[in-house]
This record gives sequence, C-alpha cells and structure tokens, in this order.
Amino acid sequence: MVKELLVILISSSLVNNVVLSQFLGLCPFLGVSKKTETATGMGVAVIFVITLASAVAGAIYQFILLPFDIAYLQTIVFILVIAALVQFVEMFLKKFIPGLYQSLGVYLPLITTNCAVLGVALTNVQKSYGIVTGIVNGFATAVGFTISIVILAGIREKLKYNDIPESFQGMPIVLVTAGLMAIAFCGFSGLL
Amino acid sequence: MRERLLNGIIKENPTFVLMLGMCPTLAVTTSAINGLGMGLTTMVVLALSNVFISLLRNIIPDKVRIPAFIVIIASFVTMVELLLQGFIPFLYDALGIYIPLIVVNCIILGRAEAYAYKNPVLLSLFDGIGMGLGFSVALTCIGAVRELLGAGEVFGVHVMPESFVPVSIFIMAPGAFFVLAALTAIQNKVKIAGERKGKDMSKIQSGCNSDCMNCGDMGCSKRLVDNKSGEEAKKNG
Repeated sequence: MVKELLVILISSSLVNNVVLSQFLGLCPFLGVSKKTETATGMGVAVIFVITLASAVAGAIYQFILLPFDIAYLQTIVFILVIAALVQFVEMFLKKFIPGLYQSLGVYLPLITTNCAVLGVALTNVQKSYGIVTGIVNGFATAVGFTISIVILAGIREKLKYNDIPESFQGMPIVLVTAGLMAIAFCGFSGLL
Repeated sequence: MRERLLNGIIKENPTFVLMLGMCPTLAVTTSAINGLGMGLTTMVVLALSNVFISLLRNIIPDKVRIPAFIVIIASFVTMVELLLQGFIPFLYDALGIYIPLIVVNCIILGRAEAYAYKNPVLLSLFDGIGMGLGFSVALTCIGAVRELLGAGEVFGVHVMPESFVPVSIFIMAPGAFFVLAALTAIQNKVKIAGERKGKDMSKIQSGCNSDCMNCGDMGCSKRLVDNKSGEEAKKNG
C-alpha cells in the first residue's frame, strides 16, 4: 500500500507532470509566473484546492454516483461541486482563518475551475483510484504544478535581463523555456 | 451568417488570433487526425451550447448565468462523450481525458458570454459553427505540422522522403511547447508590423490570465465582444 502510494506520488508529481506533460493548468502556469513569490502563492493555493477537491469529488463518486448508478453524470457533478467548493473555501477562510486568507485569498478565485482541478478529479475516476489514493494523487499532481511554476518563475526573473529578439519577447520565449523544462522533466521517466 | 462563419475561421480565429483554449490545443495535436477530431468535437459542443444558451437567454437570470452556462455546456459534453465512446472508439481512446475537459475550454464559455447570451438563435448557431471550424482548422494545421516533423507523415500517410529522419521530439510533450512558441512568435511579428502601420491590433493577444473558466472577468471575453454585440449590450444596459 505504502509502496503503491509512493509510486503514485513520484509519478504524478515528476514523471507525468501535470503542466509539462499533461498540459493541464497551462493558463496559470503562463499567466502567474512572472515573480517567484506570486508563483509560490499560487502553487500553495493550488495544492490546497486540488487536494481538497479530489477528496470531495472522490467521496461523491464513491458514495453518491456509484450507488445510484449515475456515474455518467460525473463531468457535470464534478465541475459544479468544484466551483462551489472553491467559493465555500474562500468564504470559510475569510471568516475563520483571516491570516491564511490574506496570503492565499488572492489566488483562490483564479483557480475556481482550473482545468487541472477537474482533470485530477476525472483522472482519479478513470484510473479507478479509491478515496485515499485519489487524495494522494491530487496532492502529488498539485506539488508537480508548484514545482514547475516556481522553476519557471525563477527562470523568467532572469530572462528579463536578456536581449531577446523582438518577436520572441513575452509569451514565445516563455513557451520555449517551458519546452526546455519539459525535455528536462522527460528525464524523470527513468525514475519508475 | 456568412460573416459569422468567416469571423470565426479567419478574423477572430480562436487559436491563431485570440489564443484561447490552449490546453487541448497542445495536448491532442500529436497528429492531424487527433487535432481534427478534437476540433470537430469542440465544434459540435460549441454550436449546440450556443443555440441552447441563446434560446434561454431571456430566462436565465443575470446573476446565475455562469453556473447555468456551465451546466448546459457540461451536459452537451457528456452527450458527445458518450456518442464518441459508442461510435468512434479510436478517437475516444486517443483524446481520453481531454473530451470531458472541453467543459473548461474558454472558447465555449467565452462565446456563450460574449455572443450567444446577447444574440438570436440562428446567428448564435452560425457563430458557434464558425468558431468551431476555425478551431478545427487550427488544430488540424498544428497537428499536421507536428506529425510531419515528428513522424514524417500527414494523416497517417507517409510523405517525407526515405532519407528524412523523424524529429520525434515534435510528437512528444516538449514539441508542443516549441510549436506554440513559434506560433506566438509569428503572431507577435504580425502584431508589431500591424501596430507600426497604425492598425488596431488589440484583439491579437496571447493567452488568458490564469483561469480557463474565469477569463470572462479577466478581459479575454472583452476581446471577444465585437462591436455589434457591444452596441447591443450598451442599449440593454
């Protein structure tokens, strides 16, 4: 059991990195990676939301959708549940844990229904993970996201001082960087 | 109606001009046929959801319109997914998780918010078909380029000479980023050239800010609103 979870942890965070090999969550990856601090904030918020969302989505799938034989409604149910969940978490944090809200609050509305969040919930179902395995997979995926967005932000901070051809300024050079990072992450496939 | 079709395919091409819906664009374009399949699937969902949202535009209250859009879109996506699974299983296997993820494709929500919610049914239908065709053309082109460079084939037919060594990185994940980088660089070049001539190039932009679904608030869908619907919105508001 522990070994299996460890394999999922490594596979989802490094080998099958959510951004660099699954292309999910590209928008925040490209949009919120200008500074390392904001990228870290975003990463932590994503870890928080995806872990929570995969727990809730997993529970709903196991205890509601499967017993009533309505698993084909998963897409509709998941997207609504996730959207509502993020709103609820935002209100909860604002009221009860203002400190955490101060640091994460800005990022929460940004990831309401990010495709990575829905993607993890659907992957958990597709690979028929149980609730615990699903949570571990969600956490690992989000950690993978955080690793890649923080690395990209670090590189982008340095990129500012470089002389880049006019047409490659802005998004193109960031995409080239992401591509090189994806090649580097391909190297992790030897881990498993 | 012809104007609507051309608008989606050329003037406001969702991929080449507006740069929306990047996740599926990168993920499924490993071959031309996959790109075409994804494009057409998205087109069907887009046309149907546009029609439905346009039909219901006077019933849906303004405050809950986004959740209402999401439910409508998700229902159509589920239907299309089941149809694909039943009738075109090879495409269903190739596209995998990216079919249900059409729900969070910002082209669809963007069109719902920017066009279908404010315009009559028939125009919305053609708007959806136009945008969908534009998306299909773009995905097929990107897929064909990647397949050609990465495997020496187009639509599974060998076209490169024997001596050509496939650059297999192009059909792997990093290749997607490089192709998109080249594409955005060309886009930048066109934009810069256009601005020098004094044209309005504000529609050409790369990507949304951070969230596939929330781009309405982030200014993506403001780019989508063309002058005509903008005027109508002013009249209503």
